[in-house]
Amino acid sequence: MRARMRTATDGMATGLAILSTVLVVAPLIAIFIYLIFKGASSLSIDFFTKLPKPEGEVGGGMSNAILGSAVLLGLASLIGVPIGISGGIFLAEFGRGTKLANAIRFTADVLNGVPSIVMGVAVYALIVYHEKHFSALSGGIALGIMMIPTVTRTTEEMLLMVPHAVREAALALGVPNWRSVLSITVKTASPGIITGCMLAFARVAGETAPLLFTALGNSNYSTNLNEPIAALPLQIYTYALSPYDDQHRLAWGGALILIVLIVTAVSLVRYVTSRGVLKGAS
Amino acid sequence: MGVGIEVMTLNAWYGANHTLQDINLNIPANHATALIGPSGCGKSTFVRCLNRMHETNPIARVTGTVRIGDLDIYNDAKPVEIRRRVGMVFQRPNPFPTMSIYDNVAAGLKLNGYSNRKVLDEIVEKSLKNSALWDEVKDDLKKKSGASLSGGQQQRLCIARALAVDPEVLLMDEPASALDPVSTSKIEDLIFQLKSQYTIVIVTHNMQQAARVAEKTGFFLNGRMVEFDSTHKIFTNPSDKRTEDYITGRFG
Repeated sequence: MRARMRTATDGMATGLAILSTVLVVAPLIAIFIYLIFKGASSLSIDFFTKLPKPEGEVGGGMSNAILGSAVLLGLASLIGVPIGISGGIFLAEFGRGTKLANAIRFTADVLNGVPSIVMGVAVYALIVYHEKHFSALSGGIALGIMMIPTVTRTTEEMLLMVPHAVREAALALGVPNWRSVLSITVKTASPGIITGCMLAFARVAGETAPLLFTALGNSNYSTNLNEPIAALPLQIYTYALSPYDDQHRLAWGGALILIVLIVTAVSLVRYVTSRGVLKGAS
Repeated sequence: MGVGIEVMTLNAWYGANHTLQDINLNIPANHATALIGPSGCGKSTFVRCLNRMHETNPIARVTGTVRIGDLDIYNDAKPVEIRRRVGMVFQRPNPFPTMSIYDNVAAGLKLNGYSNRKVLDEIVEKSLKNSALWDEVKDDLKKKSGASLSGGQQQRLCIARALAVDPEVLLMDEPASALDPVSTSKIEDLIFQLKSQYTIVIVTHNMQQAARVAEKTGFFLNGRMVEFDSTHKIFTNPSDKRTEDYITGRFG
């Protein structure tokens, strides 16, 4: 009797856990299926190689937006990742308990909550307004700043998870503290830190609002950081609002590509970092 | 070669807690010296004062003189220099989890900027042989992580790591307390072999262990060193009543 009760409870708990898992994964799968359904048909060689056609004409592609997103995200990562990681290292290793560290932690949390449109306006006021033109650089800076708080806080948390015994082991070998932090603690925490960077990357990859005031968009190829540049989310936004069916079609295709790019980038980094870890490491 | 350690009026604090009070002690070179006493008596703090690890805790403080060989470690040298001369093995094995076996042993040299491949290979082999681990790991030095070894092997890996930087003194803070009896006896055999080359100070809860490996034994109680003498004397005919009570199991 008791055993049967236990089996039933166990079954219920397992069922609930499975149900929750399905609920977590379902939205992502639903979005993915819907995007494939709507967007796959517009993906062709042209989509990846051609520039957009003038409004009203059929055909063309989004190659400029794909290139532009790559440039913007590269720039954003160059800014956000080093600053974010350094900040996290300071918070966890050097500034623990100091007023400065508390101030930085608070600022990072607030920055994390700042709506992305506000970030766009702020960078517009600080850079675009003075330079008197929209630019890829300002777009990259806006996205880079948005990456910083996520990277900083995950870096800090991951570093604090490194066991005290590991730090002591390095210090007891006569390794200077700074060296021990960089070569031992950060290295031990690196899988988690990389995951944090990927989260920040994936988050800004889809951002539209900060780019409206900064990168602006461009219907041609551009790699000049001082000129406006196209970006996938911007192009999707513009096309989705347009009255032309063919641009709607491209927008769906763009959305699909954006998701595929993010999933690919995240999986790739995960794969590369997991291969680096030796067998049996805990 | 090992060097002797001379400790004069050593006092140590954690915050307001006066953990070590007026310790005076001469630890002979190339011998194993055991420190025994109940939990919280200050013996771990004491060994941590010998390589200046005590002060890595921000609330810790220390006064007094410690001479290792000719070196007054609190006045004549920087902590990192002392820690290269005074190796340490901790209670729980703490290999670097992301490093291979090889890199774990080479860590102390590599992190201090040493990079001659051939010399590193030789030192890694020698250190692993000295810690009696070589035969068990020689085939997957660079393939396996240090964390994939068993607890006893990890502890011998940590000993190899400490030996690789060629210290004069080896501090062991309850090195076998987290290990099974077979691994423990391997560590004890190792201490027996190593003491011809290094001065060994071993903190232990296990009185039989102290009796087996050490020539000299010190008994700590409540932050003071009650008695320091030859191991044989401490365990057969201690001069202090408190030592006798402890070793006969009346408390602790």
